[in-house]
Amino acid sequence: MSDTLLRVEDLCVDFPTESRRGRRRSVRVLDHVSLEIERGETLALVGESGSGKSMTALSILQLIPEPGRATAGEVLLEGRDLLALRESEIRAVRGNRVAMIFQEPMSSLNPVLTIGRQVAEPIRLHRKASKAEARERAAELLEAVSIPDAARRLDDYPHQFSGGMRQRVMIAMALACEPDLIIADEPTTALDVTVQAQILALLKDLTSRLQSALLLITHDLGVVARYADRVSVMYAGRIVESASAGKLYGNPSHPYTRGLLQSVPRLDDSAQTRLVPIDGQPPDLANLPTGCAFSPRCPQVHDKCRLERPELDSVVAATDDGPHTRACWGPEQP
Amino acid sequence: MTTPAGAGAVPDLASTSPSFGQSRVARFVRKLARDKPLGAAGGAVFLFFLLCGVFADVLAPYGVNETSLEHRLEPPSLEFPFGTDHIGRDVLSRVLKGGQLSMVVSFCAAGLATLVSLVIGVLSGYFGGRLDMVLQRFVDAWMTFPDLVLLIVVVSVVGPGMVQIIVIVGLLYGIAGSRIVRGAVISVREQTFAHAAQSIGAQPPHILWRHIVPNVMPVLIVLFTTRVGAVILVEAGLSFLGLGVPPPAPTWGGMLSGTGRTYMYLGPWLALAPGLCLTIVVYAINVFGDALRDLLDPRMRGSR
Repeated sequence: MSDTLLRVEDLCVDFPTESRRGRRRSVRVLDHVSLEIERGETLALVGESGSGKSMTALSILQLIPEPGRATAGEVLLEGRDLLALRESEIRAVRGNRVAMIFQEPMSSLNPVLTIGRQVAEPIRLHRKASKAEARERAAELLEAVSIPDAARRLDDYPHQFSGGMRQRVMIAMALACEPDLIIADEPTTALDVTVQAQILALLKDLTSRLQSALLLITHDLGVVARYADRVSVMYAGRIVESASAGKLYGNPSHPYTRGLLQSVPRLDDSAQTRLVPIDGQPPDLANLPTGCAFSPRCPQVHDKCRLERPELDSVVAATDDGPHTRACWGPEQP
Repeated sequence: MTTPAGAGAVPDLASTSPSFGQSRVARFVRKLARDKPLGAAGGAVFLFFLLCGVFADVLAPYGVNETSLEHRLEPPSLEFPFGTDHIGRDVLSRVLKGGQLSMVVSFCAAGLATLVSLVIGVLSGYFGGRLDMVLQRFVDAWMTFPDLVLLIVVVSVVGPGMVQIIVIVGLLYGIAGSRIVRGAVISVREQTFAHAAQSIGAQPPHILWRHIVPNVMPVLIVLFTTRVGAVILVEAGLSFLGLGVPPPAPTWGGMLSGTGRTYMYLGPWLALAPGLCLTIVVYAINVFGDALRDLLDPRMRGSR
């Protein structure tokens, strides 16, 4: 419970836009985002495209694309603020203590380097291993991610691997230095459904064996239900609800979360149950409504929602599997 | 990509030829010969000229500046396959030696040009921002000078000579070509593996060297081959104008403008020999370069 590995606190990320008549304007893409991940835990970050999931992940490793800036908040890895680290210091963290897996396995491997060299790269960078040692370790890693005939495939090139196999290679790369935290940014979006399950099971199995924490970024609620311990739901750059996976599914409290769950088919639904979409479009981050960002789409909106922005700290119920928080003025039950 | 969709967990062992490490170059040459016969022929012809240049000193039957009063303006014969000029020098020997000089100049200048393009293009394309801005405005300014005028001015100031030509032409083409490299670098930089390299803690020099440069190699190869042809022409043009490597060193351009032009009616072979060599070698390298471009196009990657 108290074994916090990573704590993101009030993280804000701004992107400056065109300055109009000398007035600098900026768009806030992350607005006071707070997260906590314990050692060995899987936290899912859920939300629509553009809600800030990937940006949160990139911020952790100081990889925010130009011209974005983290303007407030802290990212504490075992108490050390990663945002305050110098370039050379954060480099020692990247791939070593925190590793990332990207969305597209087709383009996240360098087409002109052999698989063996790429998997060995983090080891060579961080462990000062010799070529032979790194190669040996790369073979072990490929073995660990169930690539058949691993030792022989070290000298193959990425185009000789299928999408699922490439994502296995990416996982092997991420695990190379036995990181404390693995960030998987929609690791299965580009894959076949049958392969998706395999990859997630593999990821889950290996992270639990290494006692690594996993930050799983996804928009697939089915994935969340099966693999996550806790879930944070993001909307328009803010976290709107945070709870254990069981609580979130059993007792969703934010209208947005409820909307998300209703818009996804479930196995235990009867054939007659209709899916309910959420009305409207996600808001423009440059032009957010004054109050709650979800208020224009919210079915239970009232006056206060349009005027004042709710904070996340309104605790719904402190349960034994962690706090259940949400940012909403509405009643706890619909 | 032609990776069979849905191959999933089944490893596509079929495409894993056991002899993969054997020789990518050999496989590439075979593919070139099969798919681009004209390009392959161009490559072969160019290779022939290159070898002639390399072994010019051994192959030349006579000394380059060896005159003979008895054999002046002799048409091609068994003794002098390309004939002799007005002071009895063997044209074949001179063409061979001139070819050597063309090869040296073109390889050095094209090499320098490619290197300059690579350095400017990679710095400009990868780091972007203000550096990109400054470098690209410099390139813009540079490209406003007409090539030939610039060459003539510089040569007339520093004097003619092989090194001067190599440096000037190298810089000239290098700076202009940096645009092409820059474009390629930008497209590679935005691919996920470049970001992934950053996310495992690699330093910029490492990312550039291991991830960016190998991926723009096809562009560099094509740039180099097309530049070789262009430099041969420029060198010949300068020599023709009397601004190239000074006589008595034989150059193709110099032979055309000197003896070739003066004695064109008395001895057409004097103009034909260097002129044909020039035409053939430039044509050969151009079709070869085109074929390479078609085969090395990044979009064709992985489909082999």
